Amino acid sequence: MASPIPSPGFGVYVHVPFCSRRCDYCAFATWTDRHHLMGDYAAACVAEIARATSAGELDAATSVFFGGGTPSLLPAEELAAILAAIAKAPGAEVTVECNPETVTAELLACYRSAGVTRLSFGVQSMAPHVLASLGREHDPAAVTRAVALAGDAGYGDSYSVDLILGAAGESIADWEATLAAVLALDPAPAHVSAYSLTVEPGTPLAKDPQRAPDPDDQADKYLLADQVLSDAGLSWYEVSNWSRPGAECRHNQLYWTQGPYRGIGCAAHSHALVAGGGSRRWWNVRTPDRYINLVSTGASTVAASESLPATARALEALQLSLRTAAGVPADALPSAEEDPALEDLVVYAGGRAVLTPAGRLLANEVSLRLRDPAASR
Amino acid sequence: MSDAAPMDRIRNLSIVAHVDHGKSTLSDRILELTGAVDARDMREQYLDSMDIERERGITIKAQNVRVGWKGHTIHLIDTPGHVDFGYEVSRSLAACEGVVLLIDAAQGIEAQTLANAYQAIENDLEIVCALNKIDLPAADPDRYAAEIESVLGIPGDQIIRMSAKTGVGVTDLLDAICERIPPPAGDPTAPLQGLIFDSYYDQYRGVVSAVRIMQGVLRPDVKLRFMQAGRTHEVEEVGVRTPLNTPVAALGPGEVGYLIAGIKDVGEARSGETVTEAARPAAAPLEGYRDPKPMVFCGLYPVEGDDFADLREALEKMRLNDASVTYEPETSGALGFGFRCGFLGLLHMEIVRERLEREFDLALIATAPSVEYRAHLTDGGQVEVHNPSEMPPPQKLESIEEPFLQATILSPTEYTGTLMDLCQSRRGDMVRMEYLSPERLELVYRIPLAEVVMDFFDALKSRTKGYASLDYEEAGWEQADLVKIDILLNGVPVDAFSAIVHKSQAQEYGRRMTEKLRELIPRQMFDVPIQAGVGGRIIARETVKAKRKDVLSKCYGGDITRKRKLLEKQKEGKKRMKNIGRVEVPQEAFIQALRLEE
Ligand SMILES: Nc1nc2c(ncn2[C@@H]2O[C@H](COP(=O)(O)OP(=O)(O)O)[C@@H](O)[C@H]2O)c(=O)[nH]1
Ligand code: SF4
Ligand SMILES: [Mg+2]
Repeated sequence: MASPIPSPGFGVYVHVPFCSRRCDYCAFATWTDRHHLMGDYAAACVAEIARATSAGELDAATSVFFGGGTPSLLPAEELAAILAAIAKAPGAEVTVECNPETVTAELLACYRSAGVTRLSFGVQSMAPHVLASLGREHDPAAVTRAVALAGDAGYGDSYSVDLILGAAGESIADWEATLAAVLALDPAPAHVSAYSLTVEPGTPLAKDPQRAPDPDDQADKYLLADQVLSDAGLSWYEVSNWSRPGAECRHNQLYWTQGPYRGIGCAAHSHALVAGGGSRRWWNVRTPDRYINLVSTGASTVAASESLPATARALEALQLSLRTAAGVPADALPSAEEDPALEDLVVYAGGRAVLTPAGRLLANEVSLRLRDPAASR
Repeated sequence: MSDAAPMDRIRNLSIVAHVDHGKSTLSDRILELTGAVDARDMREQYLDSMDIERERGITIKAQNVRVGWKGHTIHLIDTPGHVDFGYEVSRSLAACEGVVLLIDAAQGIEAQTLANAYQAIENDLEIVCALNKIDLPAADPDRYAAEIESVLGIPGDQIIRMSAKTGVGVTDLLDAICERIPPPAGDPTAPLQGLIFDSYYDQYRGVVSAVRIMQGVLRPDVKLRFMQAGRTHEVEEVGVRTPLNTPVAALGPGEVGYLIAGIKDVGEARSGETVTEAARPAAAPLEGYRDPKPMVFCGLYPVEGDDFADLREALEKMRLNDASVTYEPETSGALGFGFRCGFLGLLHMEIVRERLEREFDLALIATAPSVEYRAHLTDGGQVEVHNPSEMPPPQKLESIEEPFLQATILSPTEYTGTLMDLCQSRRGDMVRMEYLSPERLELVYRIPLAEVVMDFFDALKSRTKGYASLDYEEAGWEQADLVKIDILLNGVPVDAFSAIVHKSQAQEYGRRMTEKLRELIPRQMFDVPIQAGVGGRIIARETVKAKRKDVLSKCYGGDITRKRKLLEKQKEGKKRMKNIGRVEVPQEAFIQALRLEE
């Protein structure tokens, strides 16, 4: 049984809000018509980093994550400049999300020399019709090519594949084939994330109920993924994440352990611990235009914030930890005798309660049964 | 005495007609023509004072008004046409010597036209008949005058042709009223006998009663005896509606006016009550009329359990105004504390519910309407069942009786077949079928009230493109093969969904309800069987499959806040659900499942 994940340090998240085309299901803060802002945006990120550094808000980063949007659309020099501005701890993990069709040997060479240690490919599916249904631009061949280039550039053991399960038109066989194709990539991935397609309000997908994912189908696919990935030596360590031992994404683990991180760029979230066991979360304005403007005038980029008292934080810690292989202390949940609904959802061992595959699928329901540590005080 | 004309020039009449034939519009025209209401104060449906009446364009309460015409004093009562409020018409008639029977010149005779005409004849009232809406292109006054002559025996040349909309012919009508309707009779020196024919509750004045003086004189400042209730009250104010309430020094025989006597409960000044002077009482009360009996029952529950006390208060106040509503506290395992309420019909139920929600700011759940049943027990006892949960268990049950109606349907002859099918499928027995004219059919059926309560009226209208009309009266009780259906969620009966239905319809009801609930009940952590059962035998079954997936996916860019908020929302949602055994049922599911549609 795994022990609780030790808090792995300090993270920096950099948001890159540009995509060449908006996917059908996407509600992220990203734009397809503002590429002309890229230069100013990268400069604003550098400026925000400088400001945060001199304000003492930035510890040496143990992990840096470029997320998006499509970070690989940003000219590699711009990304390198941002990364250079961030103080990093020795051995820091530096991840860049890449869409396969944007990957070139030059890009990866540039990343390598800038200090990028890890790549995360937005593969989503290896079935062309499923990719089309998701509104993605690449084909499976682009994935094979990008992965080969990643291997050549020395990322063979440190790249991850993101998948989406449950798109309209994706059969169980399609999903099985996608998993097989991903595992057959050369070099093979050490890390896979598989997310259930979620209908976000306001997206084209939300307007077309015909294409709404079927939760039972998604459950089947999730269980299949868990089986296939485990058999391939990738074990689950969070609801949607599987990896070879030691290849876990350190940056994401920070989120799940309530670690401190600083978000740079528009719509980026930050989290800082405060004295007395509480913490503060805040997030930047949503659009790149406003963000650039605020940075250039020296104004605050914060859109809103919330303070989490120690009590609420304690419950949240359980909610987050429950989603991981570390689980929660066994007494944080009712026993299976007290609540028969938990019977097949949780295993209790070594003083901890950990979700079974069926339990991971019902993590919300289990979460709602967590004993609020504040209430028992 | 008030400034009324001498008794021989007083005319008391009700305007009666089928729904929408133009009663309220005619009242408007008369108010205008006689100068009772200034043109600039005029608005449509002037006498319909409730918001809900004006919005729906219907009259719910009868209204009376005094107008002057060529040296005569006319007391005019506008009555509701809908069958639910038929008792309002019968009360109004008792205060009159005549009626204006209004008939739409584009529709001709309809079911309530007949019912009203027969009622007038029974009460020995003079009928002034008028064909209204002759301005409509579809109007065919000649044809319908002939029909009226042949069906009701009113000579065609006596039928006035008019338009309440344009005003054409309304003076002819007023003249005819003065000429043909007899004046009231009565002795001003006799002991007072006044007939209360309507009462409503005014927030500031208490109960205001409409009164028709039969004998003697009613003056303010005397002690009045309410003969049936056996109570004495001091008169505070006597007046006439012109149409604003205008106090007068006295009301003499034959006059219609209002009376305020500091009464706080309309139940003490019921329609049909006789008032007399306490110091010089009349020998006997006038012949009263029966209080209307509730025919349809349903449970009303506050959506928010905390609102129970407010609902009680609202019902108390509502009853001050509408003594025909009955209510008794009841408890439902599923819905909590509420009231079993009785209504005159479905429209009445709908209106009372809407008024409760609107005037008292309540959100209510209404259970499916049901009628009253009489259960005869094996031990010889008898139980009245207003609610499926009061139904005795099958082994104690000897037999059940249900209320029947005699329903009269008037329709163009082309729909004869479909109407007979409809009545038959609703367990009706034909009593009579008659051609009123070559094109118009009268069908009379004996039919269970419960069938009519469901959706009979809508079915009737949709099968006949709206041309058929319906009137009915109570027609006693009859034994029937009725069963109680229980709906079970995960094996636990849910009282709110139980129903008493005819055996032949049990299967269908069970199937519909279980299907509906399968769609409304969210998936739970386990399979939830939904069953319909009759006396322990399952007749329909559906299953809400256990949910397998309820998990938040990606947390984007460290946005943990959103994740936590979503969980908090889910937790809040759970709190607002009702627990039926282990099953969590959202309020909305109750509301939707009990909604009355096909
Ligand atoms: N064209 C026309 N419409 C009329 C006439 N009298 C009434 N109406 C309309 O018929 C409908 C029903 O009238 P209303 O007075 O509310 O009928 P009630 O239900 O008998 O009181 C309303 O839309 C009126 O405007 C008329 O003489 N001519
Ligand atoms: S690539 Fe990612 S961020 Fe860009 S539109 Fe598609 S889903 Fe959204
Ligand atoms: Mg009316």
